Amino acid sequence: MRFVNFFKRKSSCQVAKDRLKILLISDRVNCSPEMMELIKKDITKVISKYMKIDTDHMEIQICAKKGNNTKSRMPALYASIPILDIHKQSGQAL
Amino acid sequence: MESNVIVVTSGKGGVGKTTTTANVGTGLAKLGKKVCLIDTDIGLRNLDVVMGLENRIVYNLVDVIEGSCRIKQALIRDKRHQGLYLMPSAQTRDKSAVSPGQMVKVIEHLKEQFDYIILDCPAGIEQGFQNAIAGAQRAIVVTTPEVSAIRDADRIIGLLEANGFSQMDLIINRLRPEMVRRGDMMSSDDVVDILGIPLLGIIPDDENVVISTNQGEPLVGSSSPAGLAYNNVVGRLEGQEIPFLNFEKSISFFARVTGIFHRV
Repeated sequence: MRFVNFFKRKSSCQVAKDRLKILLISDRVNCSPEMMELIKKDITKVISKYMKIDTDHMEIQICAKKGNNTKSRMPALYASIPILDIHKQSGQAL
Repeated sequence: MESNVIVVTSGKGGVGKTTTTANVGTGLAKLGKKVCLIDTDIGLRNLDVVMGLENRIVYNLVDVIEGSCRIKQALIRDKRHQGLYLMPSAQTRDKSAVSPGQMVKVIEHLKEQFDYIILDCPAGIEQGFQNAIAGAQRAIVVTTPEVSAIRDADRIIGLLEANGFSQMDLIINRLRPEMVRRGDMMSSDDVVDILGIPLLGIIPDDENVVISTNQGEPLVGSSSPAGLAYNNVVGRLEGQEIPFLNFEKSISFFARVTGIFHRV
């Protein structure tokens, strides 16, 4: 224990817990690649109404979101969508 | 008589399903219950050797299902414990020889004669698993404190839920208290926290399990650590309130004492 503390190394138990928590979230969500592709298409459709986006470099993924209470981690959908240009007209329409 | 039909499952192989089935079944028989153990691992039968009954097999589960013998003929009576019976699996067939519907029928027949029917589930989530869970009302999920076993247990719990199981209990097998204390193994609390189902037992890693398997005599009820732990599992199944043997805490107490000496 003392050595572990001395080197400030994470215990292997903690490593296992951290890995499992993230792993089980993606296991439990069990989102098929086809579904992810459909979600991506729909997001593109909606966002494109308001701005020009780079669909080739857009990424979506499901990962663990650290909640307010540290114990429970909720699955979250992360989307990274590069914007090329914001349509001026649609902006006014809003 | 309304019997308890319990499936012992884990997803991952080699975590102790068969050992758990043998010990829990033997323990219940020792309490005077009528118990039928069913090995559902067709093609890779093991429960018979763990129970030490391998020389007495004439008919098996597949024979019963195909109608080549009566249910009674396939049941092997364990002479050491009154009321304990084993339905062995077939060694020379594969899992496609049985369907979930046929399993339900066999269990319906056995229900009339037994207090407990315990099904030893094969590893995996394919047809063998579907067969094993088909006739059961509740499940015992066995895992070890390792990432691979816990991941599979989580998947199994999800599948059991999808199949309408509401009562699932966890047995954590092969826990090594000294490793937990060192921070190199997940504790029982950690595992329960991750899997989120009620804890039924913690079985310490104990070389006596290997010895008892060598001899074909389950160690439940003996004074060895695993024997005591299995005895507690049996008591809890029977509705007794038994505190968990807290290996981790009792040792961390010693750690605290030595810690004081270090400081002095």
